[in-house]
Amino acid sequence: MKTALSVGAALLSPMLLVSNAYAMHISEGILPWNWAAVWFGVAAPFVAFGLYRLRKLSSVDLSFKPLVGLLAAVVFIISCMPIPVPTAGTCSHPCGTGISGILVGPAISVLITAVALLIQALFLAHGGLSTWGADIVSMGVMGSLAGFLTFRALRSMKVSMGVSGFMAGLFADWATYLATSAELASGIRGDSPFLPLFGKILIAFVPTQLPLGVLEGAMTAGMVVLLYRKRPDLLVKMRVLKPEEVTL
Amino acid sequence: MRSQKSRVGSQKRRRIIFAFFLLFTIHCSLCTAVFASGKWQGVDESVVEKYAKEHGREAVAPLINTDRGDLLLFVFLAAGAAGGFVCGYYWRILMVEKAPKTKKEDRGISG
Repeated sequence: MKTALSVGAALLSPMLLVSNAYAMHISEGILPWNWAAVWFGVAAPFVAFGLYRLRKLSSVDLSFKPLVGLLAAVVFIISCMPIPVPTAGTCSHPCGTGISGILVGPAISVLITAVALLIQALFLAHGGLSTWGADIVSMGVMGSLAGFLTFRALRSMKVSMGVSGFMAGLFADWATYLATSAELASGIRGDSPFLPLFGKILIAFVPTQLPLGVLEGAMTAGMVVLLYRKRPDLLVKMRVLKPEEVTL
Repeated sequence: MRSQKSRVGSQKRRRIIFAFFLLFTIHCSLCTAVFASGKWQGVDESVVEKYAKEHGREAVAPLINTDRGDLLLFVFLAAGAAGGFVCGYYWRILMVEKAPKTKKEDRGISG
C-alpha cells in the first residue's frame, strides 16, 4: 500500500507540473545589477549558514538526510506547480518553505530553496540567475522564517498542530509575496517614491495570493499532521515537538 | 467514552477531508475552463513583468532558454518525474524503512 502511494506520488507529480511556467519568481533581467548584487549579498550568509547547519546535523545523525531530501523534492515540486485562481483570473504557485522551515529549521530550508530555485532558473525558465539572490531572500529567507516563527510562536501558546501548521503555511506564503513586492519596488522604481509603488504591487498580488496562501496553509497543516501521526519520533528529533507532547 | 470521542473525531476528520477534496475538485473544474480560454497569466506576467515594464525594465531570455515550443513541457515533465521519484523514495525510507516498529510488528503479527 505504501509502495503504491510512493509510486502514485511519483507518477502524479509530472501531471501537476506539465504546464507553462506560471511563476512568481522575479524573472531574468527585471532587477538592475546593483539591486541584484544587493540581494545576492543578503542571501549569501543565510545560504552559508544553511550549509554549515546541514553538515553539522548530518554528522550527528545520518537519518537527518532522508528528511532533507524529501523536503528538497517537496519544495522543488510545490514551487513550480502552477495553480490557477479562478476568482483572480491568474495563476501562481505555493512555496513549500513553510513546511521545510518547520521541519528542518529556517537555515537548511533556505539552502533547500536556493538549490530548487537554481535548477528552476537554469532549466525551467522559472526565475533567473541574476535574480537568484532576490528570489532566495523572498522565498527562502522570508518564507522559511515566517513559517518557522509562526509555528513556534503558536505552539508555545498551546495551539494545536493543525492550526499552527496552517497559520505557518499561510504566513510563509504571504511573507514571500510581501518580500517580492519590496524587492521589485526597490529595484524598478527609479526616481519614483518607494511606498506607493510597493503598495501597488502588493495589492496586485492580493487576489491571487490570498486564496493561494490559504491553500498553502492547508497543505502545510496536512503534512505536519500526517508526520505527527506517522513519525512523531521524527518531529521530536527535529525539535518540532517536545518528547512529553507525544503520546506513544 | 473515549472510543466514542475518537469515533466522533474520526468522523469529523473524514468530513473535513471530503470537503477539502470537493472544493479541490470544483476548483480544478473551473481551472479547466480557465486554461481552455488561454487568457490566464501567471503573476510573473500579470504583476511582476507588467510593473517592471511600466518602469522601463523588461525580462530577458534565460541563459538556457527552454521556453521553445513543447521543450518547456518536456523539461517540466522530466523535472516533475525526477522530483516525484525523489519524494517517493525518501518518503518510503522515512515512513517504512526507518519507522520505529510497533509492538505488533515486533511480535511478528501482520495486518
